[in-house]
Amino acid sequence: MRNTAYYNVKRIIVNTAIHSFLLAVAVTCIFPLLWMVACSLKTQEEIFKSMSLIPYGWHFENYYLAWMQGGFGRFFINSIIYTVSVVVGIIIISSMAAYAFSRLQFPGKNILFYMFIAAMMIPIPGSFVPLYVLLNKLHLRNTAIGYILCMINVGLSTSIFLLKTFFDKMPKELEDAARIDGCSKIGIWRHVALPLAKPVLAVVVVFNVLNVWNEYVLALVIFDSRQLMPLQVALTSFQGEFVTNYPLLMAGLTITALPVIIVYLLMQKYIVKGVTQGAVVG
Amino acid sequence: MRIKETLENYVFVLPAVTIFIVFYIIPFIWVFQLGLFEWDGILPTKIFVGLNNFKEIFFDRTWWQSMGNAGYITLIALTFQNIIAFMLAWACDREIRAKNFYRLIFFIPPVLSEVVVGLVWQWILDGNYGLLNYWLNGLGLGNLTRSWLSDPQTALTAVAIVHSWKGFGWGFLIFLAGLQTIPRELYEAARVDGANAWQTFKNVTIPLMIPVAALVAILTILGSMQSFVLINAMTRGGPAYHTEVPVLRILASMRGSSRFGYACAQGISFGVILMAISFVQYKLSKKIKE
Repeated sequence: MRNTAYYNVKRIIVNTAIHSFLLAVAVTCIFPLLWMVACSLKTQEEIFKSMSLIPYGWHFENYYLAWMQGGFGRFFINSIIYTVSVVVGIIIISSMAAYAFSRLQFPGKNILFYMFIAAMMIPIPGSFVPLYVLLNKLHLRNTAIGYILCMINVGLSTSIFLLKTFFDKMPKELEDAARIDGCSKIGIWRHVALPLAKPVLAVVVVFNVLNVWNEYVLALVIFDSRQLMPLQVALTSFQGEFVTNYPLLMAGLTITALPVIIVYLLMQKYIVKGVTQGAVVG
Repeated sequence: MRIKETLENYVFVLPAVTIFIVFYIIPFIWVFQLGLFEWDGILPTKIFVGLNNFKEIFFDRTWWQSMGNAGYITLIALTFQNIIAFMLAWACDREIRAKNFYRLIFFIPPVLSEVVVGLVWQWILDGNYGLLNYWLNGLGLGNLTRSWLSDPQTALTAVAIVHSWKGFGWGFLIFLAGLQTIPRELYEAARVDGANAWQTFKNVTIPLMIPVAALVAILTILGSMQSFVLINAMTRGGPAYHTEVPVLRILASMRGSSRFGYACAQGISFGVILMAISFVQYKLSKKIKE
């Protein structure tokens, strides 16, 4: 009897210790974001005087100012355009290739596939240097299309790999049935393979959305004109240009972070899946 | 008929292969070519200098300083960050409440952009108006306050800790996935044999987690050595090169001093070093396994 009581007390203590540890780390994860939002709602004077997490007045007009005067509206739309185009491009191009690598026969198939895999393994730090030169030659530097093509290439290898692994395990019966019904190869890819691959496609979409939205260095190197900059580059240039207007900067940061957090909360399940699958790959 | 079919099949891979060749293979080859030239990126003429760029790297003190800094950041990430990640994963692997909540929260920093994280932390660590100094003052530790990111003594460590803050969620998720593959019966069996918690941990958990730990270690090394966007947002490599890292040097060679050849040579030698590290690590982890 006394023994169970002892174990109960011990368990409660251990559990409390574990929860305090987990909770402490969780607070450290969230707090900087709350601070960012709080500061985005203060005035420039208040931000230097008050260290309160709750602002005196809720200056939502900071967001309006950041969006209009700071130009974050323009940058936000740029980021959306780049992200959507790249992800749509990757989905179509990589799923077609992955389907072919998995199901169709043609000479050089294995070599081509391993080429993509090798690209995943070899780190090329500073690859932005030759890409800059290349885009210059193609007259695609400082253009949206040049940036989009580069970013499609960045996401291609991993996406092909994930999709091919899925197609390899997919039963062939449905495709056979479609073929007997007179469906073309493209038709089978579009109407049979793609719908079945939805769970993997979700993983591909989430990771590429985050990757493109958060990309910085290629955009920095490729774009000269402010008109074309995505959010990430605009933020660093905003910070350097004027005596920093902190509330507007914080509003800009919030505008940049918010879509990512929403995507993450909605598609968290696929991120966990992707990380664990990616881990198996490595 | 057969030829037509084969051509049809090629159509499927054609877009992917074309983009890959143009935007991966060609730049890859160019890096090696450009590394042998002195070129400002604009003039049509490039001057062939052989291996001079590579020789110059040997005597480039800022380059090696930046290597050292990246090494330091990596070391902090390997120890501090990964130990915390493992402890969190281990805590979450137990039957506790709100497990999914913690998992949700811990992966928020990794999904944020490095620019956002860098700028928010720069503001928190600000010398005059930063939250950290304000708190230290409030706790009566006013003598500890400083300009964390412009003080040469603290800048690099501050950057490394923010880097760990941003990155530990990856290790956490991978460790947790690894821990969950350990069959519960093993723990049961260990307990029946009279092993206490620590013995179970040492003799069951640790040996089974070594391959996972090796994987996390290699991902940490490759990620931390090449990180630079976060650092650029926080300090731009300053004060006086104290937080300079290799990729920032490559960027500076290209944009600052317009030396495209030298930038490529730096990229190649850094890439080779990274490959060597991953290779050694791979061999080592195989050995430990046996």
